[in-house]
Amino acid sequence: MDAILAQLLNGLDKGGAYALIALGLTLVFGTLGVVNFAHGALFMLGAFCAVAFRQLITMETTTVDPGQLSPWGAPLEIKTPLAQTWFGDFGAVMIEYSVPLSIVLAIPVMLIIGIAMERGIIKHFYKRSHAEQILVTFGLAIVAQEVIKAIFGPNPISQPMPTSLRGAADVGLWLGMGPNVLTYPWWRLIYFVFSAAIIAAVFAFLRFTTFGMVVRAGMADRETVGLLGINIGHRFTIMFGLAAVVAGLAGVMYTPLVPPNYHLGMDFLVLSFVVVVVGGMGSLPGAVAAGFLLGILQSFASMAQVKGLIPGIDQIIIYLTAVIILLVRPRGLIGRRGMMES
Amino acid sequence: MNALLMSRRDAVTLAIFALVVLTMPVWLQPFGAAYPGLMQKFAIYAIFAIGFNILFGLTGYLSFGHAAFLGVGSYTAVWSFKLLTMDALPAIAFAIILSGLLAVVIGYLSLRRSGIYFSILTLAFAQMCYNLAYSVLTPITNGETSLQLNLRDPRIIDSALAPRPAGLPSAGLFGHTFTGLEGFYFCAAALLIAFFIAQKIFASPFGMMLRGIKSNQTRMNYTGFNTRPYALSAFVISGMYAGLAGALLAVTDPLAGAERMQWTASGEVVLMTILGGVGTLIGPVLGAWIIKYFENIFSAFNEQIVSRFFDFLPAGAHEVVTAVASKFVGEGWNLTLGLVFVLIVVFLPGGIMEGVRRIAHLFDKSRRAPKAPAKLSTQPAE
Repeated sequence: MDAILAQLLNGLDKGGAYALIALGLTLVFGTLGVVNFAHGALFMLGAFCAVAFRQLITMETTTVDPGQLSPWGAPLEIKTPLAQTWFGDFGAVMIEYSVPLSIVLAIPVMLIIGIAMERGIIKHFYKRSHAEQILVTFGLAIVAQEVIKAIFGPNPISQPMPTSLRGAADVGLWLGMGPNVLTYPWWRLIYFVFSAAIIAAVFAFLRFTTFGMVVRAGMADRETVGLLGINIGHRFTIMFGLAAVVAGLAGVMYTPLVPPNYHLGMDFLVLSFVVVVVGGMGSLPGAVAAGFLLGILQSFASMAQVKGLIPGIDQIIIYLTAVIILLVRPRGLIGRRGMMES
Repeated sequence: MNALLMSRRDAVTLAIFALVVLTMPVWLQPFGAAYPGLMQKFAIYAIFAIGFNILFGLTGYLSFGHAAFLGVGSYTAVWSFKLLTMDALPAIAFAIILSGLLAVVIGYLSLRRSGIYFSILTLAFAQMCYNLAYSVLTPITNGETSLQLNLRDPRIIDSALAPRPAGLPSAGLFGHTFTGLEGFYFCAAALLIAFFIAQKIFASPFGMMLRGIKSNQTRMNYTGFNTRPYALSAFVISGMYAGLAGALLAVTDPLAGAERMQWTASGEVVLMTILGGVGTLIGPVLGAWIIKYFENIFSAFNEQIVSRFFDFLPAGAHEVVTAVASKFVGEGWNLTLGLVFVLIVVFLPGGIMEGVRRIAHLFDKSRRAPKAPAKLSTQPAE
């Protein structure tokens, strides 16, 4: 029982990342009708916002103190991070919590990147075929990851999580089990809660604001909304920016779990496309449900008992699910009837 | 070339192409690319791209998993070297057969869907192959260390015919081991055969059928054609081309690693085809050559060379330009590739071949009375 529960929990944080990326992909597809192969790159750019933020606030000034001597007799060099010089103790706290704080940086940066991408390139591709959209966004993804590689180098840069969140939560205790039966790292728990909150926020935004209502109307029938005198293209651009922000935030918070390197986005992109397809192209609840479902499926497939039964299943389970879904039910789990169902 | 076998125009193209390929060691000299290792790659990746183009260029189905066939071809060839003989021909034959069989399975399932779903299905199958090659299939693929020749390999046929040589043998033909340029000429011969077959396919009624699938599959279906067998044959043929390319990679260097199957490798052949020109015969070859050339030459550039290149600039500008430009060469050459690719897709969807045609058209117009321009359709099918 607790083994199953543990796998369920293990699947949740990865599922959260899948769900967030797939949500953004679906937003872009549902609003603009664009198949965005650069979406994984946006996730990666978000992760590197966190890296850049940390590098910025931990830039150090070195002062030589001739009064103090290091053990081998040279004058002691004292390194002070800039943030500490500027903000004092608050600076130290900033460095400690650099990952969650970099959300502040990531939101505007990702919004600008998203809008620039849409206005600069993608808007010219609405009328062109899906194959060409795939090609141009694939090219953009290469450019994005190479730029990051040129700036930050090819090696993964690990981002420490705040010390206070390093341990594991004793989830079993909350559920009335004995202590240490079922533990779960705090950061993963936070990631899950965070992704759930973002997903809720996006849905609430679409459901309860006028802007969201117009966007939903535009998704259903773009032409009519346009005829009513609403500049729907303008709003769709903002939705693209929003999708970029969602992907970016998913990336920021994921950095303590996996040290980001420049091809992080590509690794997630393939999976998140699979998630979108499984959920149903263009269906937002589908993307979220499929994200968590596949995350959990994957963690169950990597259980030793399951692997003993079918060797190698943990490596291919996601793709296998996608193949089966595509062949049996191409509109996905919750997809609209007739959506890309050819 | 026999006039009955192909049209005159095709024969001329083939003759010129053969001349260009066979004289590569000469005309590549001034470019600094005339060494066998690179020229072999030119020939091999040209085959890969030609094969990919038979699927994508003719039918419009964009496969994102073609590297799987390349990888399977390589593995099969190396196993043939290990178990049977170092002769290249059986290795190639087995590789083509096995990758063809894999293509039948993947194609049969993937072609049930079209457009983006087809792309994702092929991608998913290729990733499955890649992940399996890295994990459970390690007894066959040797996982991360890649499959290599071994001193203890049985090599049944070879050891029955001749005493075992000391050290690791290398591939050859009928007991003769490739040295120097022979490996390249072997690949070049394969390229010419592959090109010839592609020409035949392009000119045949079968090729017309495939083009029909690309321009309007629904209408084809309504006319009473069952398009799926045609698309499947195109898929299998292009899978076999990829298998041939994989086998040749193993012939020139008997080593097969799983990274050959990764989806970035599939992406590379897409880049080659688009860069050169989708749906044309020469385009994919050009694309493959350009990408492989710049991958080898550009990535060898370093800051000193760039700095020397911009020597004519004044001191301040020199540093800035060098710093910026050096990000685009050497390690960062992929950045250049990505940018060029985006520009090509945006402004020149027909690739280099369309550019050439446009320029030719300009000259044509200035010489003769303006004629209605031929419509160049490069729209892949949905």
